[in-house]
Amino acid sequence: MSARDDVLARVRAALGGATATGGPAASGTVARAYREHGDLAPGSPEAVDVLVDRLVDYRAHVHVAASAAEVATIVGDLLADATSVVVPPQLDAAWLGALGAGTAVVPDARDDPRTPDELDRVDAVVTAARVAIADTGTIVLDGEPDQGRRAITLVPDLHVCVVRTDQVVEAVPEAVRLLAAHPERPQTWISGPSATSDIELSRVEGVHGPRTLHVILAPPR
Amino acid sequence: MSRTFLGLPLRRGARTLPDDVARPGGHGTSAGAGPASDAFGDVPHPDAPLRWGGSFPDAAREALQNTQLRRNLAHATSTIRAKRAAVVGEVPDWEALRDAGSAIKTDVMARLPELLEELERNVVARGGVVHWARDADEANRIVADLVKAKGVDEVVKVKSMATQEIGLNEALAAEGIAAYETDLAELIVQLADDMPSHILVPAIHRNRAEIREIFLARMGDAPPDLSDVPRELAMAARAHLRRKFLSAKVAISGANFGVADTGTLTVVESEGNGRMCLTLPETLVTVMGIEKVVPTYTDLEVFLQLLPRSSTGERMNPYTSLWTGVTPGDGPQEFHLVLLDNGRTDVLADEVGRAALHCIRCSACLNVCPVYERVGGHAYGSVYPGPIGAILTPQLTKSSGGLSGHHDPNASLPYASTLCGACYEVCPVKIDIPSILVELRAREVDADRGRPTGWGAAMKAASFVMSDARRFELAEKAAGLGRVVAGPKGRISTLPPPASAWTRSRDLPAPAKQTFRDWWRDRPAPAPPVADPGDTGGFGAAATDNPGFGDGGEGR
Repeated sequence: MSARDDVLARVRAALGGATATGGPAASGTVARAYREHGDLAPGSPEAVDVLVDRLVDYRAHVHVAASAAEVATIVGDLLADATSVVVPPQLDAAWLGALGAGTAVVPDARDDPRTPDELDRVDAVVTAARVAIADTGTIVLDGEPDQGRRAITLVPDLHVCVVRTDQVVEAVPEAVRLLAAHPERPQTWISGPSATSDIELSRVEGVHGPRTLHVILAPPR
Repeated sequence: MSRTFLGLPLRRGARTLPDDVARPGGHGTSAGAGPASDAFGDVPHPDAPLRWGGSFPDAAREALQNTQLRRNLAHATSTIRAKRAAVVGEVPDWEALRDAGSAIKTDVMARLPELLEELERNVVARGGVVHWARDADEANRIVADLVKAKGVDEVVKVKSMATQEIGLNEALAAEGIAAYETDLAELIVQLADDMPSHILVPAIHRNRAEIREIFLARMGDAPPDLSDVPRELAMAARAHLRRKFLSAKVAISGANFGVADTGTLTVVESEGNGRMCLTLPETLVTVMGIEKVVPTYTDLEVFLQLLPRSSTGERMNPYTSLWTGVTPGDGPQEFHLVLLDNGRTDVLADEVGRAALHCIRCSACLNVCPVYERVGGHAYGSVYPGPIGAILTPQLTKSSGGLSGHHDPNASLPYASTLCGACYEVCPVKIDIPSILVELRAREVDADRGRPTGWGAAMKAASFVMSDARRFELAEKAAGLGRVVAGPKGRISTLPPPASAWTRSRDLPAPAKQTFRDWWRDRPAPAPPVADPGDTGGFGAAATDNPGFGDGGEGR
């Protein structure tokens, strides 16, 4: 008997053969009395306020831009000291409009990836996001062309993430249901910069991931 | 058997770091291990990750001698308890989330065969390879063969309880493969050649000063002026592991959740070491216990709220990674999922005990447990310590006597609790740990029936004495002799066996000067009943209609 058949037989034996034989009965049998939506409308100023509060609490730096031009100005300021920045293939080009002459733009794409060592020599990364969760101060990336491969937001030490305010939802279930449209996309949920609680259970920011996270809140397209 | 300061049994040939301090995992010889070889206590590695050797009472007694350990644990657990309480208090629908989490897990157990097959189908459909392992040896063999097939002799690892449970690092070392732990706490444990003492923070028993010492002595590239400021210690770990991450070809992880209806795997972490392992290497091998499957993608909305707030006391952990098979051009291009039984089906077979499989490994029950806070994780003699360990470890090792063997150290684990119920209160999936502990205690006692034991003999004697009024009266009088043993302090602190089992950890009060029967016989005549309804002194009147305790004997 293969290990697979053996393990499955043991599971069935453990359940005493009483297990449902029909297909997945969906989880409709599970009572869900929890909040599936928050009280705040997606993209509302109130939801954005909660997001900002939570981001700041977890030591992310938050900037508010009134226009795409202002996003560019903020990006330019944040990257003033960076000698290089890696960008995903379909990043809004306008966001890089005010980049200093001393900052080289390094392209990266699934069909033209930089190696981990190359990324290690890059100072920063600029990306968009898929959705942001106000309740938890979480930004979710799903690897689409305006966000890029997972490695580019991981290896460089400074991550500048542009979130449109219409991408902000209040509660975790709202984000999960939105992401469920494409569960196959590789996702990274980011809540503040890299941190650890491993020393005496006190939180310390900055371990292996980017030690600095800037979030720029941009107006809806 | 020699023991260490933590009360652990020494295994044959303690593992020490080989000469190349940057290369962990060998059962290597300690020749040339250098001046630091004994710096952190001779902490041993047991032969079996789920059965370290000593019984809980013995290990606990030794652990209680360690005041540094108690101070470290009291500090860490009180910090995390306050953080958890604050972020759980923010959530208006916390109880509804717990109910949903519990219901989903119950549903998973009932439909486990179908869900596992569905998960397998979807992982394979997205380019992954699924392996099944009956036990630890089979899982270790699968992983070692996968690593060797890639032609490498080192791997990076994300902290994972499943791989701790099967002793994967030791098994790989025996095959000449070095496994580098990359979680900060796991790195501390590995560098100190120590054993984990907490599900979430394996080095919770170490304070910052000890961690600094470990890094300076064992890391090899720690800055000589390293201080004990946590941020500096974290930076030292970052620098130490950076090259490993960038050059690793194979990574090994566990999984927090495996979604049946999409084939999506999830790892929840803080530092980014998980992302490094899950993203940069060419090959990823994930070892997941079969109970970690969840039915649907949307079920994640429940667990991704429950888990971070319960474990690190954060609204959300810094990083959560979700991946489904292989994504061309992004991340590992070869993905293997190893589905592990290793005793889980034995747990599943127990209708009461199977709730232990609902555990999402948050460790909230450890942090609130008064027993864990005082004895620490090593005393439980298993990689699963604390209240959840006390119900999980005996059941996982059931087939080898972990639950019933009177000689088995794991059979003592259900007694490692005061049954105060704090663990049940905080459990995000509402595992009724106290009830399961009581159930397992009953199983252990039942398993010993028909076999002469001190406990059984004492109960038989008590039954003989208490079933006859005259015998009971004689026994009461005899107990009066205890006043002589107790002496002027009025406490009995030591008795010969078998009564020593009690007095070893508790004083026995001296018996009263007068027995209840003597008092009853000699009491003044009862006062006549009083009409005042506020008077509760009806005891005397009622008592006269009642033969009272002792007089009734067998007739009652």
